[in-house]
Amino acid sequence: MQTPAPVDYVRATSVENAIALLQEHGEEARLLAGGHSLIPMMKLRLARPEMLIDINDLDELRGIRVEGDEIVVGAMVTHAEVLDSPVLAEHYAIFREAEKVIADPIVRNKGTVGGSMCQADPSEDLSAVGSALKGSVVVQGASGRRTIPMREFHEGPYETKVGDGEILVEARYPVRPGAGSAYEKVERRVGDWPVCSAGAYVVVSGGVVTDCGIGLTAVGAEHFAAPEAEAFLVGKAPTEENLAQAAQLAADSCDPNSDQRGPADYKKHLAMELTLRALRRSAAASQGA
Amino acid sequence: MTAVEEVPTSAAGNPIGFGSMKRVEDQRFVRGQGNYVDDVNLPGMLHSAILRSPFAHARIKSIDTSAAEALPGVVAVITGKTLEGIPRPSLLGDNFAWMPTLSYDTQAVLATDKVRFQGQEVAYVIAESRYIAKDALELIDVDYDPLPPVMDAKKALDPDAPVIRDDKGQTDNRITDVHGNQTWESGNKEGTEAAFAAAAADPDCVIVEEDILYPRVHPAPMETCGSVSYLDKVTGQLTMYTTSQAPHAHRTVYAMVAGLPEHKIRIISPDVGGGFGNKVGVYPGYVLSVIGTIVTGKPVKWMEDRSENLMSTSFARDYHMKAKIAATKDGKILAVDVYVLADHGAFNGVAQPTNFPAGFFHIFSGSYDYPNAHCLVEPVYTNKAPGGVAYACSFRITEAAYVIERLVDCLAQELQMDPAELRLKNLIKPEQFPYTSPTGWEYDSGQYEKTMRLAMEMVGYDELRREQAEKRAKGEYMGIGISFFTEGVGAGPRKTMDILGLGMADGIELRVHPTGKAVLRLSVQSQGQGHETTFAQIVSHELGIPPEDIEVVHGDTDQTPFGLGTYGSRSTPVSGAAASVVARKVRDRARIVAAAALECSPDDLEWELGRWFVKGDKERGKTIQEIALLSHGALELPEGVEGHLDATAVYNPPNLTYPYGCYICVVDVDPGTGQVKIRRFVAVDDCGTRINPMIVEGQVHGGLADGVGMALMELIAFDEDGNNLGGSFMDYLLPTSMECPDWELGETVTPSPHHPIGAKGVGESATVGSPAAIVNAVIDAISPFGVRHADMPLTPANVWRAIQGNPVRVDMAVE
Amino acid sequence: MQVTITINGEQVTSDIEPRKLLVHFVREDAGLRGTHWGCDTSNCGACTLWVDGKPVKSCTMLAAQADGHELTTVEGLEQGGELDPVQKGFIECHGLQCGFCTSGMMMTGRALLDENPHPSDEEIREAISGQICRCTGYKNIVAAIQWAADNPATSEVTA
Repeated sequence: MQTPAPVDYVRATSVENAIALLQEHGEEARLLAGGHSLIPMMKLRLARPEMLIDINDLDELRGIRVEGDEIVVGAMVTHAEVLDSPVLAEHYAIFREAEKVIADPIVRNKGTVGGSMCQADPSEDLSAVGSALKGSVVVQGASGRRTIPMREFHEGPYETKVGDGEILVEARYPVRPGAGSAYEKVERRVGDWPVCSAGAYVVVSGGVVTDCGIGLTAVGAEHFAAPEAEAFLVGKAPTEENLAQAAQLAADSCDPNSDQRGPADYKKHLAMELTLRALRRSAAASQGA
Repeated sequence: MTAVEEVPTSAAGNPIGFGSMKRVEDQRFVRGQGNYVDDVNLPGMLHSAILRSPFAHARIKSIDTSAAEALPGVVAVITGKTLEGIPRPSLLGDNFAWMPTLSYDTQAVLATDKVRFQGQEVAYVIAESRYIAKDALELIDVDYDPLPPVMDAKKALDPDAPVIRDDKGQTDNRITDVHGNQTWESGNKEGTEAAFAAAAADPDCVIVEEDILYPRVHPAPMETCGSVSYLDKVTGQLTMYTTSQAPHAHRTVYAMVAGLPEHKIRIISPDVGGGFGNKVGVYPGYVLSVIGTIVTGKPVKWMEDRSENLMSTSFARDYHMKAKIAATKDGKILAVDVYVLADHGAFNGVAQPTNFPAGFFHIFSGSYDYPNAHCLVEPVYTNKAPGGVAYACSFRITEAAYVIERLVDCLAQELQMDPAELRLKNLIKPEQFPYTSPTGWEYDSGQYEKTMRLAMEMVGYDELRREQAEKRAKGEYMGIGISFFTEGVGAGPRKTMDILGLGMADGIELRVHPTGKAVLRLSVQSQGQGHETTFAQIVSHELGIPPEDIEVVHGDTDQTPFGLGTYGSRSTPVSGAAASVVARKVRDRARIVAAAALECSPDDLEWELGRWFVKGDKERGKTIQEIALLSHGALELPEGVEGHLDATAVYNPPNLTYPYGCYICVVDVDPGTGQVKIRRFVAVDDCGTRINPMIVEGQVHGGLADGVGMALMELIAFDEDGNNLGGSFMDYLLPTSMECPDWELGETVTPSPHHPIGAKGVGESATVGSPAAIVNAVIDAISPFGVRHADMPLTPANVWRAIQGNPVRVDMAVE
Repeated sequence: MQVTITINGEQVTSDIEPRKLLVHFVREDAGLRGTHWGCDTSNCGACTLWVDGKPVKSCTMLAAQADGHELTTVEGLEQGGELDPVQKGFIECHGLQCGFCTSGMMMTGRALLDENPHPSDEEIREAISGQICRCTGYKNIVAAIQWAADNPATSEVTA
């Protein structure tokens, strides 16, 4: 098995301590949460930090709770906890549906929401979920906290707005009574990254879509979102034709690459097909079906 | 004889003979007490790592190892240049930088002039820990001069193709075998050509042609390859713990390659975590660990990473086939012809009998009765890892079974005939056995139609066809795929079958101790097949000694007789036969001893399980345990009869055995995404006598999972720059519990007439038969879209593109 | 750095490099070789053991992260000379062939049954979906875990 390059290790005792350690060690330090993105990269020697700051003792970054009109998910919440959370399930089916197809059950015991968001893989499912729900992340640095909308969070593949000396502390998702949500993923095999995933929430009221969000991953959708498709759908009845047209708009806004998971034309088609299926089920759920 | 006879149970609850006995080896495995090569730690042991080429084709201008040698903890760094400087005191080749392959080609141990595939071995580091060894790899500076690589087998013979084996003075990429042949042909060429010409001219006949690829895949056992080598300078003994399916063959090869005296070499294959043909060949890493111990005087461990395993050890298949079948319009097959472009990689390292350079591919005529078949195989070098024969292929029978079963389904589609009906019309009949196929195989026995009808009944074939029609009307797509395969295993008769000159007959040794307990020493080597249990059962069947009183020893060349190892499903047909033969020798000796003790003639005695008794006087007899004590005792034995109760044998099989089966797969395909879900899989196997049905079923389950993998997801593809795109488990996808259905197994039992217990072997049957069943099912599902064939792996993308009428080329990188 | 990890109830202390992977610590420093490794990319699950009672792929964790924590490995399944029902189930149902993936499969099976004493076949398949077996085709692994569910230990055993 491949092994990491030499590295130093320290455990943070609090969020402030983690920030101080980040500042002390600079660019060559990385935060270690679940480790299931970072350690594989270190073993392949694609990542060579000089210092690992282990934040697993930071219980203040754990927990899922509702705070007013937002659901707050701590950065150290694991994928397994998201999957099993009754709080999240009560509000959005999309969380459970997405987590069921993220990685595998054992990896989900360690991988964290904060870790996945900050790894910012262009195929990350949680990024599609977060963008679909128009969530935000809270980042803390020496000068305090700031909130960044998830649709502004990514600067590029594997790059986010989290600055040097900053740590993502929580993810926030708006509460939306009456919303139905769903997640659709095509993968070559269980546990694989998506060929394409699409997630959505839809609020249907008075026979029309009053609110919706569409998130896509692995297909080059800007900020993992499809705002043109959303704008089209709001105010319209959730008929098959309207949903299909919205799905096509979502696919049009994607720019997938051909790779071993599939050729670009197939991924474009999936962007349409999976968005359509997610919208269909979300609309039906919103209408109590 | 069949396997369903009632047998008595021993005191420990085991069948005295054949039956579903629990495995003795499980006791250590469930406790985590297995002993695999990476568990071996010898005093003073060093670790090692191999630097591998990032290029598929490049000249090596220089290698600077000084920084690596200076790293604290590094003991030695070896390059091809180092090895070139060590003359080899043996028959094969000038120096240690090159070694022979199992196909009489040469392969670099460490690259000297050029690297010829991505992942090829370039330098070897020996260090105090595996972490330091890997650190040192990064400090080795190799100056490469990249060359254009040959990645597309179809372009390997282009006149302007870069030449890969200039080390042999070649000017093209053709492979020449040890007999001087550059193509390999089998069957009846004139008759087949005439049959096709006649069919072409006949309006009541059809000819169906199809390009069918069996892509490059990899056995990928859960345990990677490795070795711990220790040359004791005082005794001169070389001990190697190694992941080998053929320890004795390896010992002889090391003796020849390294010039070491063979009686001073001990190869131990301890517990092996899966072989599947991946652990037959001798890899540079093993040789380097031997060189390492010679150089350092300490034990040296080499364990490869998974990426090394996937990128450099024996791949499987990579047969680009052009196949055609001629038949009458009412479904009688007339002739089959197959041309194969065989991609062997950069060195011809296929592990198969010398006289069979394309393995047993010429069994492609299949399970059907028709007079004319012909194949031509054209092998080429490419800038990829060497190999080809691996992954439970039964020496290329996976390729053969796949092509004929795909072709028959294409024919069925052309004729608009039900594929089951087409097969039933053509299956060889029971009275035709032993059946000589148009390519010269003598199938030993079979009740093909019976097996097929059982599979059809188990799956509910007719109801499924009705359901399919209803679903199609609603725009839902399900498919039913059949695969009927005949394979040949148990290589093989020494007259025709050898590997590197070593005949494929296997030795065996049985000793019965004075207190009636027995030890059986095998030449074959388990990698999970349960030999410690099943071979005891064979002896138990013959002698009536309870299985718990029989110890099976295997895997250590110092403790076991010579043989060619376990692969090609040969353990039961060859070594299982040997076990029966040697036990019968012991039984015959026991008869003489019993007669001496009972003061009668041996002819007066009759055998019942575990006992010789006087005919007509059943009370008067001796148990095998009593005879064991007597034979070690003071009893006077007849002139010329030796004491003790031991025997040896070398079994030279008269023929292969021919297990066969019928598999039926049911799938549901989502045309909007191309996703395939396997709903059901029925497998009816006939492997003759079933020694331990529980273990037989386990073997089938595992092979069926292989089919799911290859049909739907496994692939080693390359891009045009030479990059291996299947070099980790992130991209070389193996099936999990979610893709594998709940297998439904059935059996028929048609013993092999020439095997002492009628057993045929079953280890590879399911891997051979299953891919076609799944591919046939998927194609059947999407045939309404006008699809007649699409190549494996049928990933969602590939299925979708096939439906669009724009299939992808799977073996080269997507555009 | 020095780490102390409790494995199967016993403390193991060793001086290691921070980069040392937990699977290597268990196999080398603790001398427990029942936990295996089979890949480079956290896909195969041969290295699965429990950290604080939860299955984890130990190839994707540093030993340093486990400092002060509790591990359970396959060697800890047998209690008081009695095999765990999961271990018995694997023998009864031929749930293993080469044995290399078996430790990990049993650890996940045992963890599943501790949480869900009567899982469906589908739930078992999902629980082991992050682990690869090349020998068994999974059917008998599912049967083995079902056997353990149907034949639980008769006496209370503390971990």
